Amino acid sequence: MKMYLALLRMRFLYGMQYRVAALAGLATQFAWGFMEILAFMAFYRANPANFPMEFSQTVSYIWLQQAFLALFASWGYGADIAETIISGNIAYDLARPLDLYNRWLCEMLATRFARAMLRCLPVLAVAFILPEPMRLRLPASPEQLGFFIVSLLLGTCVVTTYSVLDCLAVFYTMTRINLVFAMISDFLAGAVIPLPFFPEPIRRVVELLPFAAMQNMPLRIYSGHITGSSMYQGVALQLFWLAVLWLGGKWLLRRSLKRVITQGG
Amino acid sequence: MAKLYVGFFLMHLKSQMQYKTAFFLTTLGNFLTSFTTLLGVWFIFDRFQVVEGFTFNEILLCFAIMTMSFSLAELFARGFDTFPRILGNGEFDRVLVRPRNTIFLVLAAKTEFTRLGRLLQSLLVFVYVLPRCGVVWSPLKILTLVLMVSCGCLLFFGLFLVYASFAFFTVEGLEFMNILTDGGREFGRYPFAIYGEEVLKFLTYIVPLALVQYYPLLYLLDQSQRVVDMLAPVIALVFLLPCYQFFRFALRRYRSTGS
Amino acid sequence: MIQVANISKSFKVAKREAGFGRAVKALFSRQYELIQALDHLSFTIDDGEMVGYIGPNGAGKSTTIKIMCGVLTPDAGECVINGRVPWKDRLPHVREIGVVFGQRSQLWWDVPVGDSFELIRDIYGVNAKLYRSNLEQLTALLDLQELLQTPARSLSLGQRMRCEIAASLLHSPKILFLDEPTIGLDAVSKIAVRKFIKKLNSEYGTTVILTTHDMQDIEALAQRILLIGKGRILLDGSLAEMRKRFDQRKTVVIEYLGELPPLILGMELIEASEGRLVLAVDPHILPVSEVITYLASQVELLDLAVSSISAEEMVAAMYREYRI
Repeated sequence: MKMYLALLRMRFLYGMQYRVAALAGLATQFAWGFMEILAFMAFYRANPANFPMEFSQTVSYIWLQQAFLALFASWGYGADIAETIISGNIAYDLARPLDLYNRWLCEMLATRFARAMLRCLPVLAVAFILPEPMRLRLPASPEQLGFFIVSLLLGTCVVTTYSVLDCLAVFYTMTRINLVFAMISDFLAGAVIPLPFFPEPIRRVVELLPFAAMQNMPLRIYSGHITGSSMYQGVALQLFWLAVLWLGGKWLLRRSLKRVITQGG
Repeated sequence: MAKLYVGFFLMHLKSQMQYKTAFFLTTLGNFLTSFTTLLGVWFIFDRFQVVEGFTFNEILLCFAIMTMSFSLAELFARGFDTFPRILGNGEFDRVLVRPRNTIFLVLAAKTEFTRLGRLLQSLLVFVYVLPRCGVVWSPLKILTLVLMVSCGCLLFFGLFLVYASFAFFTVEGLEFMNILTDGGREFGRYPFAIYGEEVLKFLTYIVPLALVQYYPLLYLLDQSQRVVDMLAPVIALVFLLPCYQFFRFALRRYRSTGS
Repeated sequence: MIQVANISKSFKVAKREAGFGRAVKALFSRQYELIQALDHLSFTIDDGEMVGYIGPNGAGKSTTIKIMCGVLTPDAGECVINGRVPWKDRLPHVREIGVVFGQRSQLWWDVPVGDSFELIRDIYGVNAKLYRSNLEQLTALLDLQELLQTPARSLSLGQRMRCEIAASLLHSPKILFLDEPTIGLDAVSKIAVRKFIKKLNSEYGTTVILTTHDMQDIEALAQRILLIGKGRILLDGSLAEMRKRFDQRKTVVIEYLGELPPLILGMELIEASEGRLVLAVDPHILPVSEVITYLASQVELLDLAVSSISAEEMVAAMYREYRI
């Protein structure tokens, strides 16, 4: 555990070095969030009756999405892991006294949290004081806030286990296919447009997929679009998919390593 | 110069063909990137039908034009898009000891064929939407379309050039340029007017992305008859001047500080 | 002809500090350090010279090379190469120079070396006839025949360096800059590269400027050495001159039977083991002939070797002396 904490600390320090990058990222995310909200505003004006969320919920959804981009982004992670697999240096990792799967998971989680810590607070701080209708609102109840935090952590873990799968695919393709993985999950997790904006029959299916257990769940819980018993079901869905992806990843890693070892790398 | 460019071009083609799987998968990924955007547009319009006077098919036309301009710019000017790397690994010093124009060499240094994925996407949407968008094609309208794509491509190239210029000063913090490049492409799927007057003004007078998108689109769709709207993409090219000057300035500074 | 006069150059470098608290602090303010890379540097190199440019890391070697190549503009001072100021007339200037950066490749990684050569030919606009004759000569001299069809990524380091050097010479430059050309090469390749550079200089009259950390390169190649430290030229002369001026001590190695002989004035013990002794001798105090007579009187000599101190040791001693 101590080892993992040390890893987290190292990643955080590493991220801290790049302060200008952090500021620029902040500005980018702001501009991006604004443009998204302005687009949704136009749709809202076009036909408020067909708008599937309250407008303020959509605003909250978008700001939180920008604030926690680093937690949920499915691109830009694991390049180093893919590299060790392609180069065959993974043989050295096997010699270390750590469970490889857990180590990868921790490293990626650490990177995600380190990046998110730097970025989320300023985005949130400013989004809370913006004038209406751009303002980010607080959740309606403490219960909702609590569930949001739980769901946020679970969602991050789900994304990360998915990222590990993405890395493991390298064993079979010997080249990075991150982009394909990322595009699929981004869309189905509600990064392009929130899932409530999907056409009804499609939405019903998509909401059961593991991707719905990523950013979709915490952002909608926070904004108050998912409440009450759907909230409990949502967190249960996240737990379910986390378990599936985690076990699946471990199993796949074992299998891939066996393949590498028997083939002699 | 043109012959030399072809030489570079073939070299990249040969190199990328060495890694067919990677090439195929990245191309597919690029296809998917804009495909998810497209799906998003479709889902939204399934719900709202008409936004700010634009129908789904009209939006698709807008999307296809912007995506095409951007992917062409990325295909050819990737050297500037990945400039921090070229600068970081010392490749740029090699560029400076070659007896050719610096911008030409950086432009030739990279051709990203995987962007054909995105280009293909925009072509498919074009083919789908051309007979459906309600535009009555005349020679002038075809000219407008060509201007939108070519000037749009050059405008994105100018933005890449600005991005590369910043890289001379700092390798950190370049991300904010993404809002104009990637953002220009992503948000350019809708006519810029839907984002409100301030945004439209900014994208008309400061970074003239609307000049290659919104105004000529109005002309195509017969919402405007003004020649100035039709020729707006050409006016946008004025933007390239400061981009070029900025690059020269940054290059001069790099050569005198070496950092 | 290369004339460098009073060139100065400084860089601003951001301080990166370790530690958690400091990293947080650095988020808000950052300190810079001014590093004087070159400090009124002056030298002249004639056409057809072969010069070894040496100095420890960070002494300003590559900054000088970059200035002479026209890549960097100095803060102050003058530099005229073949009648041109490199950073002002960069394009015509670089047409007449060749540059090999030892650690970076100019070859396209995934295509046959010959294809890279052809593109470089087009970049420099070398006409077909000149290209053919240059390629022929380079192929013969550097033994490239087998390599031209091979992608650069499949070449060994030594093979690649030979190709890199050829690539830099396709346009018949008057001056060749070599930045660590033998770094990481195996012994055979090093010798081949050195032999070629020597021939290039003596037969074709190409001016060669070479930076290296390998003193064997210097011993084999450079008629003249420029030693740079802290941004200044500390020494300028031939290896022999330098040795005369700096360190004339000899190394005496003996193998013997008997007891370890006591040392006398002028001898310095470098290494002693069972039956073997290495001494440094200062011939001003104690002529070598007397050393031998003395040693022969003390022990039974089985073997004896006298040599100058190696260039490697000399340069290390010079660095120490100048504290660079």
